[in-house]
Formats: sequence, C-alpha cells, structure tokens
Amino acid sequence: MRALQRLGACVAAAGLVLTSGCAGAGSLGASENEVTIALVSNSQMTDAQKLSTEFEKANPGTKLKFITLSENQARAKITMSTAMGGSEFDVVMISNFETPQWAKDGWLLNLSDYAKNTPGYDENDFIPSLRDSLSYEGNMYSVPFYGESSFLMYRKDFFEKAGIKVNQDPNYQPTWPEVAEWAKTIKAKNAADAGICLRGKPGWGEVLAPLDTVINTFGGRWFDEKWNAQLNSPEVSKAVNFYVDLINSAGELGASSTGFQECANLFGQGQTAMWYDATSAVSVLEDPKTYPDLVGKIGYLPAPIVEKPNSGWLYTWALGIPKAAKNPDGAWKFISWMTSKDYMKLVGEKLGWARVPPGSRTSTYTSLPEYEAISKSYGPLTLKSIEGATPNKPTVQPVPYTGVQFVGIPEFQDLGTRVSQQISAAIAGQKSVDDALKQAQEYAAVVGRSYQEK
Amino acid sequence: MTVTADTEAAASERAVAERVRKIREAQGAGVSRAEGWRRRGPLLPALIFMILVTQIPFLFTLYYSTLSWNLVRPGSRTFVGLNNYIAVVKDSQFWTVAFNTVLLIVVVVIVSAFLGLLLALLLDRAFLGRGVVRTLLITPFLVTPVAAALIWKTTILDATNGILNWVLSLVGIGKVDWIGQFPLTMVMVVLIWQWTPFMMLLILAGLQSMPRDILEAGRVDGAGAVQLFRELTLPHLRRFIELGVVLGAIYLVNTFDTIYMLTQGGPGIASANLPFYIYQRAFLGFDMGQAAAYAVVVVIFTMIIASFALRLIFKSFSGKEEAA
Amino acid sequence: MTTTVEKGTATTETAVASKKKARKFSPWGVVAWLVGLGFFFPVFWMVLTAFKQEGDAATSPPKLFFTPTLDQFSAVFDKGIGPAMLNSVWATGVSTLLVLLLGTPAAFALSLRPVRKTQDALFFFMSTKMLPVVAAILPLYVIVSNIGLLDNIWALVILYTSMNLPIAVWMMRSFFLEVPGELLEAASLDGASLWRSVREVILPLVSPGIAATALICVIFAWNEFFFAVNLTAVNAQTMPVYLVGFIAGEGQYWAVLSAAATMAALPVILCGWFAQNKLVRGLSFGAIK
Repeated sequence: MRALQRLGACVAAAGLVLTSGCAGAGSLGASENEVTIALVSNSQMTDAQKLSTEFEKANPGTKLKFITLSENQARAKITMSTAMGGSEFDVVMISNFETPQWAKDGWLLNLSDYAKNTPGYDENDFIPSLRDSLSYEGNMYSVPFYGESSFLMYRKDFFEKAGIKVNQDPNYQPTWPEVAEWAKTIKAKNAADAGICLRGKPGWGEVLAPLDTVINTFGGRWFDEKWNAQLNSPEVSKAVNFYVDLINSAGELGASSTGFQECANLFGQGQTAMWYDATSAVSVLEDPKTYPDLVGKIGYLPAPIVEKPNSGWLYTWALGIPKAAKNPDGAWKFISWMTSKDYMKLVGEKLGWARVPPGSRTSTYTSLPEYEAISKSYGPLTLKSIEGATPNKPTVQPVPYTGVQFVGIPEFQDLGTRVSQQISAAIAGQKSVDDALKQAQEYAAVVGRSYQEK
Repeated sequence: MTVTADTEAAASERAVAERVRKIREAQGAGVSRAEGWRRRGPLLPALIFMILVTQIPFLFTLYYSTLSWNLVRPGSRTFVGLNNYIAVVKDSQFWTVAFNTVLLIVVVVIVSAFLGLLLALLLDRAFLGRGVVRTLLITPFLVTPVAAALIWKTTILDATNGILNWVLSLVGIGKVDWIGQFPLTMVMVVLIWQWTPFMMLLILAGLQSMPRDILEAGRVDGAGAVQLFRELTLPHLRRFIELGVVLGAIYLVNTFDTIYMLTQGGPGIASANLPFYIYQRAFLGFDMGQAAAYAVVVVIFTMIIASFALRLIFKSFSGKEEAA
Repeated sequence: MTTTVEKGTATTETAVASKKKARKFSPWGVVAWLVGLGFFFPVFWMVLTAFKQEGDAATSPPKLFFTPTLDQFSAVFDKGIGPAMLNSVWATGVSTLLVLLLGTPAAFALSLRPVRKTQDALFFFMSTKMLPVVAAILPLYVIVSNIGLLDNIWALVILYTSMNLPIAVWMMRSFFLEVPGELLEAASLDGASLWRSVREVILPLVSPGIAATALICVIFAWNEFFFAVNLTAVNAQTMPVYLVGFIAGEGQYWAVLSAAATMAALPVILCGWFAQNKLVRGLSFGAIK
C-alpha cells in the first residue's frame, strides 16, 4: 500500500515536471508557424481536415491544429472566445448570421485587403448574394467555404406511382398549396409512409430555417419597420398553421424531434416522398456509398412559393480571422487555400467530385466539367437558388432586418430558439398554434421593444 | 427465535464496543490541541483545495449576477444591482422548469435506487459468469452520456426507425412518438438506465462489506430470506442507499447532456430542467448577468432543500453510532 | 471475546458449505443474466452500429445482419484519436490520484467521531456541487484564461479533482464507518504509529470501497464534457470533446459517432473490469479475528 502510494506520488511529480515543460513549449510556439483552426463538424469540413496535409506539404514550416465541434458547441465556443477578445483561434468558422454583426463590432479582420494581395484568389468569383451577406461596408469579413439555399427534393418513382405529374419548365416554382396536394395524394395512394418530411426540431437553425421561408413567402414577417413584433399577425398565423397542418396530415411521425439528419434518413430509406431542406443535402443523398439505391431517382424543384418568388434561404459556413488572432498571416494563407478554386479541384480529384463543397464559387458550376457531369440534376438549380436568394429584402412587406431564415440581430439566437420551442410544442400537438404564436409574440415583443428604445 | 437472540448478542456486543469507545472518549475529553489538530489535520488539504477552487468562481458568479452584461452586445456591461433577480422571480417559465427539475430528480433517484438495490442483491449471490454480468450492468454508466442519449434517441426511441416501436409493432401496437409525446418521461428513462448501475455499485460495495457471520448464523437457524433481509441487511445497507440517493440527487441537479441530446428541452419547455434553461440563457442569449442570477437562485434553493434532507440523514447516521 | 472466536470458526465452516452450493445452477443467475443483457442492449446496439455504413444505421426494421465495414473506425482514427485519448488518460488518472490522496485522509478524519463540525464539513463538500456548472463556466473561463491555463490539461486536472473530491469523501467515509469501532480507536490512539496501523490494518479492509470510489471518479472524470469543451481548444482536447466532433450538422453521422463512442468507452470498460476483482474480494471478518 505504502509503496503504491509513494509510486503514485512520484509519477505525479514527474508528470508535473514533464507536462509543465511541454506546456511551456506549447504556449511559446516560437519555433514553428502554427495556425489554430476551429471548424464545425460537417462532412465538407472533415474532408478539408483530411486534405490539410496537402497544405502542410505546400507550406513547410506551417503546422495546422484543428478543433471540430458540432454546430451548437462550435458556435457557442467561438462566440465566447471572439466576444471576449480571446486569441485561442487564428481561424474561426462562422456564418452569414454572425459576420455582419461581428464585423460591425470590430471583432473580425478585414479580409478584402488580404484577398486583394492574393493573386488568383478572385474574390468576385463568390456568388454575389453570398458575397454581400458576408460583407460590411463593401469589404468581406469572412469568406465562404460552402453555401446553401433550400429546395424541394422528391422521389420521381413515388410520384409516378401516385400519378403526380410535375411541370418540367426550368422557370417553374411550385406553390405550397400544390405541394400540400401532392403530399396528401402520396399518402392517399400509399406510395410512401409520409408525403413530405419537414423539420420540427426546436432550435433557431432547425425548425425555423424552413418555417421562416414559409412565413416569408406567405407574406409574413417577424417585425414591422417600427420593430413591432408581428408573430400573431394573420399572415404569420396562416403560414404557421399551414406548416403544422401539412406535417400533421401528410408529414413524418415524431416531427417535433426531427431535424436535418432525421429527414435525410427517412428520405434515404424511402420512407418519405418529398423533403424540403438545404441544397447541401445532396452531399448525403447523392453519395453512392450511403444510398446506392437512390441514384437517379431524386427530382429537384425550387423552394415552393406563395406570394413571394425565390423564397429559398441563404446560408454559408465561412472562415474568418478574429481580431486577436496570434497568427493572422498564417491564418489567411490557410483560409485562402481552403476557399480557393484549386481546392475544389483537389477535393474532386482526391475524394470524388460529389464531395466538392457546393454553393460558394460560381466557377464551381461553370468551370469544372467533371463536377457539372455528376451534378446535372441539382447543380444548376443550386446555383440558381443561391443567386436568387434575397436576404436584404426577404419579405413581401418591408422589414428593419436582413436575413431570410433568420433575423440578423444578436438576440435572435435566444429569441428564435424560444419561439421554435413553442412551435415545436404545437407540432407535437401539445398546444394550439394560436397559443404558441401568442407566447412567441410576447418573446418577440420584448426584443422589439429594446430596439425601439435605441 | 434464535435469529433475534443472535442479533441481540451482536447488538449487545456492539453496544459494549460503543460504551468502551464512549469511556475512552470521555477519558480523552481533555484532549490536547495537538491531538485535536492531528485528528482534523488530515481533513485540511482537501478542505483548503475545495475552498480555493470552488469559492472563487462562486464569488465571481455572485458579482456577475449584479451586472447587466450581454456578451454579444459590446459595451453593455453595467451594474444593475438586483434587477436580474427580479427578472428571475417574474419569469413564469423559470418556475415550470424548476418543477421539472425537482420531479426529474425525485423520480430518477428513487427508481434507480430501488432498481439498484434489486440488482445488487441479485449480484450478491455467486453464479456462473457473475463477473461478466456485473460488467454488463455497469456499462450504461460508462458510456459517455452524450453518446448514450443520442443512441437512445436515434435507434431506440425514434418514431419511425426505432427499435422500441419495431418491437411494439410485432405485437400489433402502432407507432408512438415517444420523444414528442412523453419527453420528460423519456428523459427519466434514459437517466434511470444510466444511474441504476451507479446505485448498484454503491449498494454492492456495501453488501460486500457486511459481516457474513451474522447472516450465516441466521440462515443456519432457519430464518426466512425476507426476514433476514428486512432485519439485518436493509438496516446495514441503509447508509449506502442514502449515500447513493444524496450523491445521485446532487449530480442529477446538474444533468444536462441527456436533455440536450434527447429533447432539446422541448417540446416547448416540457422537458427542460434548470441547467438546460440556464445554458440557453448563457449560450444562446449570451446574457451572462441573467444566467448568473439564475444560478445563484438555484444554489440557494438547493441549499435549503439539501439542508433539510441532510439533517434527516445525519440523524440516522449519528443515531446508529450513539446507540449506547 | 470467546464468543467471537466461536463465531469465527462457525463462519469458516459455513463459508465452505455455501461456496459448494454456489457453483450449482441457480435460477437467480438466469434472471441476473437476462437483466444484464437487457441493460447492456443499447450499448451492444451502439457497438453494432459502429460497424455499419451510415445508410444502415437507423432503419426500419432495424438491421441485425448487414455487411460490416471498418470505415467508421478508420474515420475515427484518421482524425487523430491519439492526443485526445492521451489527454483523457492524463486528466482522469492524475485527478483520480489526487482525489484519493486528498480524500482518503479527509474521509478518515471525518469518520473518527461524529461531531457537529463533521456535519458542517460534509455539508460544505456537498454544497460545492450545487452551483450549476453551466453558469459557473463563464467566471471559470475568465479565471482560467487569466491564469494562462486555457487549453492546458492541468486546468482540467484541477477541476476534475474538485468535481470528484466531495463524492470521494462521502463515499470513503461510509466505508471507513464500516470498520469496527475497536480497530479505529486502537489506530487513532496509537500515537506515533497511527499512519502505519492505518495503512496496514484499515486500508486493506476498506480497499473494496476505495476501489468503488476510484472507479466512480474515473468514470465521472473520463466522461466529463462541459468543462472540457469550454476550457480546451486543440492541445488539451479530451475524448468526449473529440467524440462530439463527429456530430455533423448536415450529414449522417450515427455510425461514425457510434464508432467514436465505442473507442471512448473502451478504456473505461477496461477500468471497470479491473475494479471488479477488487469489489469481489470483500471483507472477511472471520479471518481477521
């Protein structure tokens, strides 16, 4: 017993000495050029991490260190670090939600300056709507890694079985009432378990993403020009009632806990005939390794509309440099590599053309013949959806905010999540839509008031 | 008959030991200060360590609770005194969530303690492969809670593809949306699954430390299993069961991962507990002052409840030892 | 005194007899196996899913038979599991050691004689766990970053020690209280050889209790997620944080997550198995007397 305790103490002491030595060396970081990168753990980013050895080969002496976390964790951690002026990270992955706000707060470095001095980077190749959503006063403060809008995916074979014919005109945008009809027909004819899969999981980036686009296209809005909350206005009420009714009559079971993954799983298994969600879903659905039976069976249509056309959302995961980064130059070297045209080619050649990060550069869709070849069914529509998204004028009536599927204010993460929890409860049948919207209106009114006082 | 005689003998033996101890205690009543320090000395390193590491953050939290400070609105850090606390009291959802928390803790602790007791008794007997079964039973407690909650959500409780619904469909019951319809209950189920092994471990260790001679004597004398259990085993185990209840409750106050992964506190706030609610204020709203105020309120309430509970438990502890 | 000697011999005789009985097939054994398998099932399913392709992970009906693949495991290893594993081992090992070193004497002192001060000390230890971690994280973040221990494994070591110490003190005190009064009194009155008699007599008696305590501390420290994710970045990342990095926002991840979770659980399962043996030994009062 005694010997064991003594041994333990020795090990601890030795370890203390050793690790403090290591820690010391780590924090000095003098000898090597280190870049610390915080990423979100989607498949495209995991691919980038895998290929980062190519970057290290091309830039000897630079060491890359990654941390990847799920979206919510990453967002919370990066926000806390950046807001407190921390310097743990040289590169952070943020979205078009944070970028304009943080640029205004002075928390990010101006990347247009860097881009200008990087030959061949071609900042103007980024899809214009994306470029604008990441800019502040004309300069970009983060650069997109991949972007997405939303569209409607459907099983061509199930539609045939149910006798549904779809207008093949390239400019056709289906309407939500039409989509509801299709879903009900599918269910009536038993062509699939569910007519459509729609998100219902609480979270400002979960159910609210598709729901907000529905609200927008029905003519609703979160706030009017004077920041009065509008969540129980007739248009919003109509939109939310439509969404909830559609799920209840022809949607998936367990909708109140269904997010992107769950719908992807259902669609991939053939348990739903339609799915309205991100354009980036193709990375999952069109991957022959995961769903070999789906190849060629998926049809794509633009986001359904009612009053407002081009109602798809706009979202991008982008890379920025926090103000207090220890190694901004190294950070830019990495960022410019990861968002360059050459990177797209690298992914295509090494990992397969289906894994090229979609929706960030126009050249991906116009200058990569291999990518065009495999993305014939969804590529052009993806580009069109992203180009057509209107974050600066997302609604029919005027609004004091920007953002299609979110409201571009810092309070929205909390407000949106609270509202989404209410709506999720309505979807689960635990309260009526009207009660949910009434409570949501109260939440929004509090936030609206703080903006009225400004 | 003989059982009670034996237990009486054992009890009187213990009483004698206690009396011996009391006498020695009285003799040592004039214990020197050095002796007193030597007795309490071993406690000091742990005590000092805990005070340093836990009280400083707590003081900071108290300080932050008096600020109106939103992390993502620069320049918003101002002193507002007790405003945050007033907001807490006025927040009707806070009370619903507090109720959820209490309900969660009570149900999970009681059920898992009960199941843990049964399992410990089961494992106390020797049978073929006992070690293997014991390891199997501990595994729910070993898996990272985040991963465990996700496995339950996606593979077992999922409405369309979950195993539970599939098994039920074999006997003709239709698909149930478990997480949507019974969110708090499902959270409790997962937590009970995770914590029963903990209770079992504690009670098993207690069982293993019980002197066997009395039991054997009782059995030889023909006492029934239930009688033996009720009069000998259970009183001995009481300390460990109470320990499990106290520790489990304290840990469960902070339970977060399971709710986060399973239900996101929804639908609405049906399955949100206090840590989850505070997390949303702190990491979605980034309202640090408000979150700190909620935390301080939670501490105060927990202390009040805990002091009542612990007083009960301490009475039973000291009751046994001073049974002279 | 004579009665104890008689009881001692009685114990050994009956112990032999009951051991002979135990080897036989027991219906309770069957029940135990069924319950064990039932509890284990979700874990079993998780390990099974680790060998599936994503498309097979959550299907209706659930797939028990499929073409297994090691792709998920190679994905888990590709991302660099080594450092995370090492960090977890270090944080868990050192903090548990510290907990035992600090907590065992404390528990011993608190078990000697119950006084009001004992209750106060115990209550204090318990109260340190009442502050919701989710709220204390910001002050902690500020303090830790000011000391310069952000993304340093020692921050986690200290925090895990403080997290487990109350549990350990409470648990080990219970086990110390099990030791017969005379032994404790004799030990504490023996003056100079106090520690010697503690170590050589008492500690072996409570070693199953210490093993159970150590195992529980290891489990809590190993699976701790919240401190780790907020106070570490790339250098001090632990297994739970590494594990969560596989939860993709857009993309299928259940199979690869199951693989990562399986790898994360393996070391702890090994610890549990090892601690089993200590738990089985139990106290043999007859032999001592």
